[in-house]
Amino acid sequence: MFKKTLTATVTAIMFAAPAMAELVVPWFAYRTGAYAPSGIPLVDGVNDYFTMVNERDGGIGGIPVRVLECETGYNTEKSVECYESTKAEGSLVYQPMSTGVTYQLIPKATADGIAIHTLGYGRTSAANGRVFSNVFNYPANYWTGASVAVNHLLDLNGGDMSGKKVTLVYHNSAYGKEPIRVLEILSEKHGFDFNAIPVDHPGQEQKSQWLQIRREKPDYVLMWGWGVMNSVAINEAANIRFPMENFIGVWWSGSENDVVPAGMRADGYKALALNAPGTDYGIYDELKAHVWNKNLTAGAGDQVGSVLYNRALYMAFLTHMAIAKAQEVTGVADISQADMIKGMEALEITDELMAANGLSGFAPSFSVSCEDHGGSGLGAVQQWNAKEGTWSLITDFIEPDMGVIAPLIKEDSEAFAKENNIAMRCN
Amino acid sequence: MLYREAGDFKKSYKEDNHTFPIKFDRYRYYVVLVVAFGVIPFLVNDYWANAIFLPFLIYSIAAIGLNILVGYCGQVSLGTGGFMAVGAYAVYKLMTSFPDVNIIIHIILAGGVTAMVGVLFGLPSLRIKGFYLAVATLAAQFFLVWVFNRIPWFYNYSASGQINAPERLLFGVPITGANTDAWVAYLVCLIFVAVSAIIARNMTRGALGRSWMAIRDMDIAAEIIGVNPLRAKLTAFAASSFFVGISGALYFVVYLGAVEVGEVFGITKSFLVLFMIIIGGLGSIFGSFAGAAFLVLLPVLLKNVLVGSWGWQTDVAAHLEFMIVGGLIVGFLILEPHGLAQLWRLGKEKLRAWPFPY
Repeated sequence: MFKKTLTATVTAIMFAAPAMAELVVPWFAYRTGAYAPSGIPLVDGVNDYFTMVNERDGGIGGIPVRVLECETGYNTEKSVECYESTKAEGSLVYQPMSTGVTYQLIPKATADGIAIHTLGYGRTSAANGRVFSNVFNYPANYWTGASVAVNHLLDLNGGDMSGKKVTLVYHNSAYGKEPIRVLEILSEKHGFDFNAIPVDHPGQEQKSQWLQIRREKPDYVLMWGWGVMNSVAINEAANIRFPMENFIGVWWSGSENDVVPAGMRADGYKALALNAPGTDYGIYDELKAHVWNKNLTAGAGDQVGSVLYNRALYMAFLTHMAIAKAQEVTGVADISQADMIKGMEALEITDELMAANGLSGFAPSFSVSCEDHGGSGLGAVQQWNAKEGTWSLITDFIEPDMGVIAPLIKEDSEAFAKENNIAMRCN
Repeated sequence: MLYREAGDFKKSYKEDNHTFPIKFDRYRYYVVLVVAFGVIPFLVNDYWANAIFLPFLIYSIAAIGLNILVGYCGQVSLGTGGFMAVGAYAVYKLMTSFPDVNIIIHIILAGGVTAMVGVLFGLPSLRIKGFYLAVATLAAQFFLVWVFNRIPWFYNYSASGQINAPERLLFGVPITGANTDAWVAYLVCLIFVAVSAIIARNMTRGALGRSWMAIRDMDIAAEIIGVNPLRAKLTAFAASSFFVGISGALYFVVYLGAVEVGEVFGITKSFLVLFMIIIGGLGSIFGSFAGAAFLVLLPVLLKNVLVGSWGWQTDVAAHLEFMIVGGLIVGFLILEPHGLAQLWRLGKEKLRAWPFPY
C-alpha cells in the first residue's frame, strides 16, 4: 500500500506541471457504462468544436483552449475525483453532464468560486442568480421543458386538455424527479390527469412500467430518460403499440441512439429540442476544413450530425462565447475562474452572433444577467422519421408558461438560500 | 533478524495479551498511527482527501463491518449497500431534526439505528444459511433502497429526492458541508476508522468473537458446546451493521455531502464491499484495510498513470482499468485464495525464519 501511495504521489506531481497560458475547459465524460450511448456524442462534439477553434483562430483571444476530459462513467464518486483533480488546473467552468452530480458540485464549486453551467439539466432553481452566484442553467431547464411539452399538447388539442391523461415515465433520480412538481401544477391548471411512473437506474428493465401504461391507456406519455433507458422505453412502447406521435421525450431522450434500435417502429416519436438538428449549418464547413480533413476528430468520428453532437456544439459554442465575453469585460486574455463568472453573467447570444459563428437559425437568442441565470426557456418539438433516419423540427420554438414557473423558481431557490444562510445578490 | 519473538519477554498477562505480540509489529503499528495522525493531516490537500483518503478510510470501516459478519461469523450478506443507506438516511434525519446536537453523536446514533435494522434483517439467518441467506439479505438491499426512494419523509420532501448535508461545526470548525477543510474531514474519518478497528479487533479476540467463529466453523458443534446461535448470529448482525451504518453516515456527511440512494447505495456497492473483504482476506481486520486500499486506490492510480502521465484516451483507460483490476482479482484469488491478509501472514512467517528458512 505504501508503495502504491508513493507511486500515486509521483504521478500526482507529474500530473500538475503545466505552465503555459491556456483556457482549461473541464469536461465530465462518460464513454463507458450504461450512459455511454448518450455520453459519447456529447464529448466528441465538444472536443471537435474546440479543436476547430484552436486550429482556426489559435484559441480564444489568442490563448489556446484545452478540453480536459475526465471519465466519470456517470458515477458520483468518480465525478468527485474528477472535480478535485481538475479544479487545481484553473478550470473555468464545470459542465457535469449529470443532474445528480450537479447537486453534489453546487456547494463545492460555490465554496471554490468556480462556475457551473448545466445546459438543459441540473438544479432548475439555479436560474435565480440572486441565490446561486455561480451556477448557470441557460438557455432552458426541466421546468421550462415540461411546460413546453404541455404547451405543445395544448396546441394539438386546440387549447383544451381537460379529461386527457398524461403519464410521465422518469429516471428514478434527481434528474427524473425534477419536472414532476411543474407537471402537477400544470395538470391542475389545464385539467388533465397526471401520473408519474419511475424507472430505476439504469433502466434496462421496464416491462412492468409499460404494462401499467398499457392498462391505464394514457393519451400522452412524456419521458425523462437518459442512456440505455431511452431506447428500452421506445422499444417497449412499440411492443405495446403505443402511438409514437403521442410519446414525447425531453431533449435528453431524443437522439439517434435512442430511436434507431427500435427500427421502423419508432417512426413518429417526438422529443423536445433546444437547438435544430441536422448538418445544414456553416459551422459544419468549418469543422470539415479544420478538424475532419486534418484527422483531428475526437473519438471514432461517427457521431457527426447527430442530435447530441449538435447539442454538444451548442454547449461548446456557449462556453466559447462566455469566455470571449469574459475577456471583453475584464480586458484580460488569460481569464481567471472569477472572470469567467462575470463573462457568463454578461452573456448575450444574438442572432447576429450565431450567424457570425456559422449557426444561423440554430437556436433562439437569449441573454443572461446577474439576476437571471436561466435564459429564455424556449424549446421546440422534433420528430423522428425512421424511413429517412432524420430528426426534423415540427414546431417553432415554444414559449414556456413562465407565469407558473417563475414563482416556483423563486420559492425553491429562496428556501435553499434560507437553509444555507445565503444573502441575496444583485441588489 | 528484526522480526523475532526472541528477547521480547512478557512479564504480565496484560503484556501477553497484546494485539501485536511481536515488538517489531508493535512499533510498525505505532509508526503507522503517528504518520496517519501526526504527518498526513499537515500535508493533505483537497484532492488527496476527497479522492483518496476519505473513500479509503470510509470503505475500510464498511469492510471491517462486513468482515465481522461474513469473515468471522460466516453469514453471507449482500445487503451492505442498503445498510450504508440506512446509516446515511438516519444521520440525515437526525441532523436535520436535531440541529443543535453534535454531529459526531448523530453519526454514532446512526450506527445504532443501522444495527437495529441489521438485527431485523438478520432474523432469517436463524433458519436459513449460505446462499439462501445471501438472497434474503439481497432482498434487504432492494427493499431499503426502494423505501428511501419511495417515502418522501426520509428525504424531507425535497423535490429532487436527494439528501444534502447541511454545514455542522465541531469545536468551531466545519466538518460537513462545502467549507470543510481537507484535514478536518480526513481526521474525523481517521478517528472513526481507528476506533472502529480497535473495537472490532478486540471484539473478535474476546468471547463474543470466539462464539462467532464457532458458529462460522460448524454451527451444530458450536451449539453443542454451549454457544447460543441466536445470540451469536444476532450480535454479529448488530455489530456488523453498526460499523456499516457509521461508514454510510460518514460517506454521506463527510465525503459526498449529497446522496441519491439508487445511484450511490445500489447493489454494486454491496458487491464492492464484499469483493474488498474477499480480496483482503475473510476474518482479518488487516484484510479489510488491504481490500479497501486495493479496490479504492488502484483504479485512481491506474487512471492517473494511464490518462495523467501517458495521455491515453479516457475511455480506453477506463476499459483497461476494468480489465487490469479484474485480472488482478482473479490472479490474486488463484494464487492466494485467502486474500491479501494471508499473503501478509505468509510474509511474516518467512521473515521470522529469515535468514535460515526451513
